[in-house]
Amino acid sequence: MKQRGIRSEPLFFERNPERRRRQGFTLPPLDVPDVDPAAVLPAETLRDTDPGYPDIGEMEIVQHFHRLSQLNYSVDEGLYPLGSCTMKYNPRLNEQTARFPGLAGVHPLQPVEHVQGSLRLIWELEQALLAITGMAGVTLQPAAGAHGELAGILMIRKALEARGDARDAVLVPDSAHGTNPATAAFAGYQAVEVASGPDGTVDMESLDRLMTDRIAGIMLTVPNTLGVFEHRIVEIAELVHRRGGLIYMDGANLNAFAGRALPGLMGADAMHINLHKTFSTPHGGGGPGAGPVVVSEALVPHLPVPRVVREGDVFSLERENQASIGAMRGFYGNFLILVRALTYIWGLGSNGLREMSDIAVLYANLVRHRLEEAYHLAYESPSLHEVVFDDSRQAARDVHNTDIAKRLLDYGFHPPTMSFPLIVHGALMIEPAESVGPEEVEAFCDAMLAIAREAEESPELVRSAPHETPVSRVDEVRAARKLKVRWTPDGDEKSE
Amino acid sequence: MHPWIGAGDDDRRRILSEIGLTSVDQLFESIPAEVCVDRLPMPDGRDEETIRIGLAAMALQNLSPDCVPSFLGAGVYRHVQPSVVDAVLSRAEFFTSYTPYQPEISQGTLQAIFEFQTLMCELTGLEVANASLYDGATALVEAVLFAHRVKRGKLDRVVLAETVHPMYRKVLSTYAGPAGVEVVVVPPGDDGRVSVDALCEAAGTGETCCVAVQSPNFLGVIEDLPAISGAAHDAGALAVQVVAEAVSLGMLTGGGAHDFDVVCGEAQSFGLAPGFGGPHLGFFACREKQIRQMPGRLAGETIDSNGRRAFCLTLSTREQHIRRAKATSNICTNQGLMALAATVWLECIGGHGLRELAKACFARSEDLKRRIADLGEPWRLAHPDAPTFNEFLITGPGSGDELAARLAADNVLAGVPSHLWGGSWADGLVVAATERNTAADADALINAMGGLS
Amino acid sequence: MNVPNDLKYARSHEWARVEGDTVVIGISHYAQDQLGEVVYVELPDVGDDASAGDELGTLESVKAVSEFNAPVDGEVVEVNERLEDEPNLVNEDPYGDGWLVKVSGSVDGADLLDADGYTAVVEEESA
Repeated sequence: MKQRGIRSEPLFFERNPERRRRQGFTLPPLDVPDVDPAAVLPAETLRDTDPGYPDIGEMEIVQHFHRLSQLNYSVDEGLYPLGSCTMKYNPRLNEQTARFPGLAGVHPLQPVEHVQGSLRLIWELEQALLAITGMAGVTLQPAAGAHGELAGILMIRKALEARGDARDAVLVPDSAHGTNPATAAFAGYQAVEVASGPDGTVDMESLDRLMTDRIAGIMLTVPNTLGVFEHRIVEIAELVHRRGGLIYMDGANLNAFAGRALPGLMGADAMHINLHKTFSTPHGGGGPGAGPVVVSEALVPHLPVPRVVREGDVFSLERENQASIGAMRGFYGNFLILVRALTYIWGLGSNGLREMSDIAVLYANLVRHRLEEAYHLAYESPSLHEVVFDDSRQAARDVHNTDIAKRLLDYGFHPPTMSFPLIVHGALMIEPAESVGPEEVEAFCDAMLAIAREAEESPELVRSAPHETPVSRVDEVRAARKLKVRWTPDGDEKSE
Repeated sequence: MHPWIGAGDDDRRRILSEIGLTSVDQLFESIPAEVCVDRLPMPDGRDEETIRIGLAAMALQNLSPDCVPSFLGAGVYRHVQPSVVDAVLSRAEFFTSYTPYQPEISQGTLQAIFEFQTLMCELTGLEVANASLYDGATALVEAVLFAHRVKRGKLDRVVLAETVHPMYRKVLSTYAGPAGVEVVVVPPGDDGRVSVDALCEAAGTGETCCVAVQSPNFLGVIEDLPAISGAAHDAGALAVQVVAEAVSLGMLTGGGAHDFDVVCGEAQSFGLAPGFGGPHLGFFACREKQIRQMPGRLAGETIDSNGRRAFCLTLSTREQHIRRAKATSNICTNQGLMALAATVWLECIGGHGLRELAKACFARSEDLKRRIADLGEPWRLAHPDAPTFNEFLITGPGSGDELAARLAADNVLAGVPSHLWGGSWADGLVVAATERNTAADADALINAMGGLS
Repeated sequence: MNVPNDLKYARSHEWARVEGDTVVIGISHYAQDQLGEVVYVELPDVGDDASAGDELGTLESVKAVSEFNAPVDGEVVEVNERLEDEPNLVNEDPYGDGWLVKVSGSVDGADLLDADGYTAVVEEESA
C-alpha cells in the first residue's frame, strides 16, 4: 500500500518466459537407489511432462512476494473498522508460540502418549472458553465461524431427532449475517425470516406468531449486526424453549460483552466463537480461522467426535460416540490457531477480557458521537462494539456507501462493512476494536468527516475514488462477464 | 491496562467525558443485569514470559516427529520446508489482512490466490480451481454436494470407494444425512484397488450423482482412474478424485487428464506444518462449464478504471453473503493464508523440482518396500504387486495398534494403524516415505521391525 | 422511465408480448435499473413448464441475484441464447434484444397490468 512506486507485479507464470532451468530450492540428496517410475508403474498413471511452471531463484521468489505484499492493506498499517469482523491486533507472541516445534511439528496420528501436550492444550482452551461463556460443553473442531454454525445447527437437529421431534425450519432475523440462512439450508432446514422491530431487535409479536412446532429454533446474533443487544434475550429464549425449540447464538460479536455477560445465562443452547475475531488470531487474508462451539447441557451428548477426555493428568481421545453428530472435519480442529487463541486468553485473563470489551465499546461510541452529525444513524438504539450509519444524507448528492468506502482508501483507512445488515440500505457498519490507540480512531473520524464535506462540495471527487491506491476502481462487472480465473500461456480470455 | 488494548485509564476518562458519561458501565445498560457477571472464573492476565514458559512446557510433553524416524502419513506428510515460506507467511501485509473484498488495496492477496488457482489447475489437469476449502475431508463433502447440485438435486446416491481415507468418509457421513444424500461404499479387491465392476454395479444407471475415489488411496495404491471415470460417466454420474498426498501430483497424472469432473483434496503437503491436524488446506478443481456450482471463493482477472490489469473476487453470487439460503456452500472464512503458503512452496520448489521431489518420495518408498519384503515372515506387504506412490500397507506380528506401539517403544514412528477407523483390509500399518526419510531412517525402521516377532 | 404501451406487465416486473401463439417474456426497464449491470442470466430449458407466478430463471449482477417469474402459463419454446455471451443486452435493450424466454400460450386470463397500471406500481415502490 505504500506509495513507493510498486503498483503492480508480473505473475509468477510470466517470469522466466523461456522456461530455462534455474533452481529455487535444493532437495536433500537421494541416498537410496533411484527408481525410474516408468519401469514400475503403468504408463497412464505418469505425467508426460513436468508441471509447466517456471523455476526461479530464491531471491526472485522473495522479491515477488515482497512486492505483492506492498499492494495490500493490513491491520498493521492502520484502522480496519470492518463491522462484525473484529479486526484487532494480532499479538506477535501468538505467532511465536504457534511456531514452537513441539506444537507445529506434531503429527495428528501419533500415539496419544506422545501428544499429551497437544491434548492438554486443547483441554485448557476448552476450559477457558467455558469460563468465558458459562456454557456446559465445547468443541474446538470447526474451522471457521460458518463451520461452527453448521456444527451447532446439526447438534440442535440431532437433539430434536433424539426426542422424536423432527422439525423442518429455523428462524433467522432479517438483520442476520448471510452465513445464517446458508447454514440452515446446508443443515437441511428452511430458513424463515423474522422481522426486526423499530429498535433493530427481534420483533416479539412476529416471533410469537412464527415460533410453531415446525421450528427447530432461532439463530440470533448477540449483539446483533447493528451492534444492538437483544435486550429481551431471556424472554426470547424462554418463549422458544417453551415451544420445544433451541437457541443458536451467533457469537461473531462476542467482543462486545466478553468478561461482562455470559451466554450461558442468556439461555443459549449453542454458540460459535470466532477465534479470529474476539481472540486475536490473524485473518490471514481470508482464513484460516477457527469456530469453536459452546453448548448447553442439552447438546453435550451430541458434540462432534473425536473429543479430548481427561482422567487425572492423562488425556485421551474418544473417537466414537453414538449420540454425536459425527466428525465435522479431519482431525481435531485448526490446532495452531487454537494455540494462538490460548496465548491471547492467557495474556488478557479475566480482567483483561473485560477491559477489552470496555474499550471496544467505548471506541464505537466515540465514533458514533463524532460522526452522528455528519452521517445518518440507522438506529438510535444504544451501540455496543459497533455502530451502523447509512448513506442517506450523502445519497442526496448521488454519493453512496461504496463511494465513501473507496474515498476512505485515499485517506489511508480500510472501509467499514457495507454488504450487510440487509435491513439498512447503504450501510456503513463501523467496528474500531480495542487495540489501536485513541488517536487512530480520531483520525478515522476526521477522515469520515472530511469525506462528508467532500460529498457536499465536490461529490465527483468521492464518486471517482480511489485516487491514491495501487490500482484505481476495479471493474468487477467485467471480471464476472469475462471470466478469467487462471493464467494461460497465450493470455486468451475464455469467456463462459 | 494492557499492551494489547490501545487506550489506557487516562484515555478512558477523557473519551467518557467527551461522550458525556461518567462510567463505562453506562454503555452496557442495554444488557440485562441477570445475564451479567462481575468477573470470569479464570486467572487474570499473564506476562509474555510466563505464557511462553507455560506453552513451551506443553510442547515438551509432545514427542516431535522431527526427533525420531517417522513414517506417519495417512493424509499428513512431512516434506521439505523452504525457509522462504515462513518468511512470507510472517509478513503482516499478508497475515493480518482481511478477505480481499476491497480489491484496490488487496491486490497482493488477490494475485496470490489467482496464482494458487492456476497452480492447482496445472496439477489437477482441470480447468478451474477455487481459492481453498477447510481441508481434504470437507473438500470431499463439497465435491459430493457439488455433484448433487450439478445433477439438479435429482440423483441422491453417492458411490464411494472404501479406500477413500476413512476419516474423510466419516466426515462425509456427518453431512450426507441432512443434505439428503445416500452414501454407498464399495470395498477394494485383494489388490488394494477398488473394483471397477463393483463401482458400476453400485452406481446403477441414472441414479447416482457421483462416483468418488481417492488416488493414491488410503492404502497407498494408485487406482485405475481411466476405467473409473469411464464407469462413472456410463452410469450418468460425475467422477470425483480425492487426493490426500498432493505431492503425488508432481509425478502422477491428475484426474483431469483421465476425464474426471472434480479433483479435490488436501494440500497440506505443500509447505504446511503437520500442526497436530490443522490448519491444513482443502482444494477443489472442476470444469469451467460447472463453475457456477463451485463452492468457495474465486479470484478473477479484470482491469481497473485506467485499463490496467487487476484482480478481484468474482462470481460472488454463488456465496452465502449474497445468495444466503441458496448459496452453493455456507463457507465464508476459508484457509487463505494456507493457500498462500502452498503458493510460495510450489513456486519455490518449481515445476521441475516438484517432479524431482515426487520421484524421491517414490524411490524411498520403493526401497523400503523391497527391504520389508526381504525381511520376510512375519512381515508382509499387503499388496505386493499393486502400484503405489509413497505409501503402502504392511502386516506383521500383531495388530496395527500393537505394531505401532511396539515400534514406538524403539523410537520409530513406523506407520498409522490401518484399522484406526475400521476397514475391510488387513490390520497392519500404513507406512509413508517422503524425501525427508533418509537411508538412516529406513535402517532404523528395518532394524526395529527385525527385532519384533 | 420507459414503459411501452403495447406490453402487459406482472407486478413482479416482467413484461409479456404476444407474438402469434407464443408469448415473449422479459424484465422491465425499471427492473434492470434496480438490479444493476447484469453479468449472468440463468434460463430454463426448452420444454420446461412455465406456470404463472413461478420462478423461471435468475438474473445476476455482481452483488445481487434476482429471480424472474413466468407471467403466464405455458411451455418454454425458446430461450434467448445471445444472453449467454451478452448478458448486458438485458440492461441495454430490455424490451428488445434483451428478451429472456418465449413460451407457448397466451396472455388471456393472466393477471397482468397494462402500462398505466404498471407505472403506478413502480411509482408506489420507488416512493
